[in-house]
Amino acid sequence: MRIVPFTISIIVTAGLVIALNRQWGTIPPIGKFLSPQHGFWRNAEPSDQSFDAELNFPELKGKADVYFDERLVPHVFAENDEDLYFIQGYLHAKFRLFQMDLQTKAAAGRASEIAGKKAINYDKEQRRLGMVYAAENALKEIEKDSKSKILFDAYTNGINEYIGSLKESEIPIEYKLLNIKPEKWTNIRSVILLKMMAKMLSSGTENDLANTNAKSVFMPDELKIMYPQVHDSLEPIIPKGIVFEKPAIVPVKPLTADSLYLGKSEPIAVNEISKPDINNGSNNWVVAGIKTQTGAPILCNDPHLDLSLPSIWFEIQLQTPACNAYGVSLPGAPFVIIGFNDSIAWGVTNAQRDVKDYYEIKFKNNTKKEYWFNGKWEPTSLRIEEIKVKGSETVYDTVAYTAFGPVMFDESFSNELSNKKNLAVRWTAHDPSNEGITFYRLNRAKNYDDYVNAIKAFSCPGQNFIFASKSGDIAIWQQGKFPARWERQGLYIMPGDDTSYLWQGFIPQSENPHIKNPERGFLESANQRPVDSTYPYFIPGSYITPRAITINKLLSGMNGITPADMMKMQNNYFNTLGEYARSTLLAFVNENELSATEKKYLDFVKNWDLLASPDSKGQTVYQCWWDSLEVGIWKDELTRVNPQAPWPEEETLMELLKKDTTLKFIDDINTPQKETLHDVVTVALKKASVDLQKKEAEGKLEWAKYKNTTIYHLLKDALPAFARSGLNVGGNGNIINAITHTHGPSWRMIVQLNTPTEAYGVYPGGQSGNPGSKYYDDYIDNWVEGKYNKLWFMRDGDRTDKNVKWTMKFRKS
Amino acid sequence: MKFIVAIILTAMLAFISGLFLPWWGIAIAALLVALVIHQKSGKAFLSGLLGVSILWGALSFWINIKNDGILSVKIAKILPLNGNQVYLILLTALVGGLVAGFAAMSGSYLRSSKSSN
Repeated sequence: MRIVPFTISIIVTAGLVIALNRQWGTIPPIGKFLSPQHGFWRNAEPSDQSFDAELNFPELKGKADVYFDERLVPHVFAENDEDLYFIQGYLHAKFRLFQMDLQTKAAAGRASEIAGKKAINYDKEQRRLGMVYAAENALKEIEKDSKSKILFDAYTNGINEYIGSLKESEIPIEYKLLNIKPEKWTNIRSVILLKMMAKMLSSGTENDLANTNAKSVFMPDELKIMYPQVHDSLEPIIPKGIVFEKPAIVPVKPLTADSLYLGKSEPIAVNEISKPDINNGSNNWVVAGIKTQTGAPILCNDPHLDLSLPSIWFEIQLQTPACNAYGVSLPGAPFVIIGFNDSIAWGVTNAQRDVKDYYEIKFKNNTKKEYWFNGKWEPTSLRIEEIKVKGSETVYDTVAYTAFGPVMFDESFSNELSNKKNLAVRWTAHDPSNEGITFYRLNRAKNYDDYVNAIKAFSCPGQNFIFASKSGDIAIWQQGKFPARWERQGLYIMPGDDTSYLWQGFIPQSENPHIKNPERGFLESANQRPVDSTYPYFIPGSYITPRAITINKLLSGMNGITPADMMKMQNNYFNTLGEYARSTLLAFVNENELSATEKKYLDFVKNWDLLASPDSKGQTVYQCWWDSLEVGIWKDELTRVNPQAPWPEEETLMELLKKDTTLKFIDDINTPQKETLHDVVTVALKKASVDLQKKEAEGKLEWAKYKNTTIYHLLKDALPAFARSGLNVGGNGNIINAITHTHGPSWRMIVQLNTPTEAYGVYPGGQSGNPGSKYYDDYIDNWVEGKYNKLWFMRDGDRTDKNVKWTMKFRKS
Repeated sequence: MKFIVAIILTAMLAFISGLFLPWWGIAIAALLVALVIHQKSGKAFLSGLLGVSILWGALSFWINIKNDGILSVKIAKILPLNGNQVYLILLTALVGGLVAGFAAMSGSYLRSSKSSN
């Protein structure tokens, strides 16, 4: 009698359970997800959560304690290095597991495992750029050094102990949303993370493909005007007037260069998929004791990166009897990356140097097994990439490796527009190196010599390591492994038939631009060209000029400097480029041709205080007007070729217009009449006004509203609920406070090297990667307001200090 | 009385199952309770539904208070429930309740099918 209803009822129940236990598109398994004992509710951290714990692990050698302050910054006190990095790994995983997992998977070309089909091309590009190949080469180098291997092993063990201790209900919420599980850590993943940084900072600093397009339509002298190597307004890192040593290597231009390389060529038509942001820059500066109030040097650093939640940085103090370092670390890698210790402080900015070139390869046939090199067919080595795809079949991709490196673009991967050229990539990130050891040594450095010894090992990405010590020294080195190029080598795709276009050597490390204790009492770097034109090597790159000019001007005029002055300076909104550009705009605009609305906008620029403050309307109008002018002047020329030639830098246009108001590029080549600077400046304002009126109607004329600074979660548009948008901040990429829509100072640090050390810092995020924790984004408001956290450099004697909120005890089991 | 006992027992057993079993342990719990405490199918359904709804609702309500609503607001934007925490708690209760309700109803039919043999 009741069998029929029972059957129906049990089928409904089972059906319901099955339906609620599986993922539908992007909707997570809803039953599992909503269960208060299994799903996302478990990630809702109580606001009075205690982080006290007693943990026992067989890997530990001694006992160690971790003291958390009220901002959830761990102060790790260990007896030896292995325990120290084991704990750092454990803590990174505890607070940032999903981030580490996602970033290293994406960097290794495994994003499709998470995102499905839409990420296949991204993954192919990562693999074809040789990201994993680069990491393998680096890992071999690291593991050759037994000390390094022990440290990386300890770090990995710490992560895996944490992963192993996790119940399914405790995994980070992103795993639950995506319905995937954490993956065990390995040493190579830490190295891949460092290669991710290498790509971010040294892969977008060349423009070889687009430059090659430009070369197909512009004359050599035009190219030199549009894309100059040294700007007139440049304030180099190494102050002008310093005499450089005679170069140890003088590379020789191949005889065929003028005909085969520098001459015209057909456009290349390849678009890179994930080109890093050109704004990936940074500021750092240091002032000597003669310029400070206390007589102790002050070091400042703010690295500009894509802003994300969780933040790329994790604050930590690492102490053993031989080491006491405080600063920010990269979850996924051991050591403090930017910070200070008892004796010194250091910081980094990006060198922006071009260390990646392309060579055109000729394959014998479609099998890609042989390529033409030095007059004969040479075998390639083929690497078959297996790309697993969520919800779909595995994709295989064959990449040929040549004497230059991997053939990144070929018939099977050259994007739709390609004319099927095979391009191999030569990139310094592929070469064996051990960047980690630099940070290990910096964490322990006591003086200038230790610092120089520490950074020597650092190859890629090239960085400006700035330094100050308690003994009063200040210094900066632009450090990295940089090819010694002949004039214009590597600006364009080079012939790859033989060895003649290969790099002929590297600039000796001792010849890298550096300076110690300059008379002027300060040093700075802000992604500008490191040296003026007297440096004996050809060093192309994607340099950014204006910020360094502002910094130089400000520091030159300052004395009796305090940390508070430096805070103000890191948050400075002065628009140096705007100052120069505005005078051109105002001098050439034809006011009588403007409508009332356009005049109103003009007045905003006239009355502008040259600050990119959050409430500035002048900054908004100026920026729109200037951008519109750039389009008016360049677009007709750049689109002579498809894909278009690269945009000249804004600094270039500003300088060109100062020198020559009849510049030939001003004329629109698509119209019969000849436009003057008056015409294009006026039209630019008219065009900008159309957009500005729309923005004004939406109430978005104030710079902060116009820009809408947003800190996205790592999964970007997929999870706007985990982002913070509409932040009330000013600034721009060419301004000291370099905040754009999604990019900016990812960490601001100020260290005064007196006793005791006085340090301040803030990053736009929070220590916890859990969106359900109050520590997820609790620093953002301070960061927006330009406020800092005082960094508590904890001493051994502070173990019972009231600043200690929680204690985690690590003991051998 | 049976009805209330069934509700309480379902909630308790479902909670215990959550400590050891995957989330669908609530279905087993509700089914078992319906087998032990026999009620008509409609009543069994209701007691299963209420038992787990009350459990899931109360747990999520409590977690949400302790969390100051930090996470629920975000999740209620993703799902999408307009960022409304209360809706999210109600949805949680409803989903758990429905599964348990149908499971309890099955239990009720199973027992009556046995007794009719």
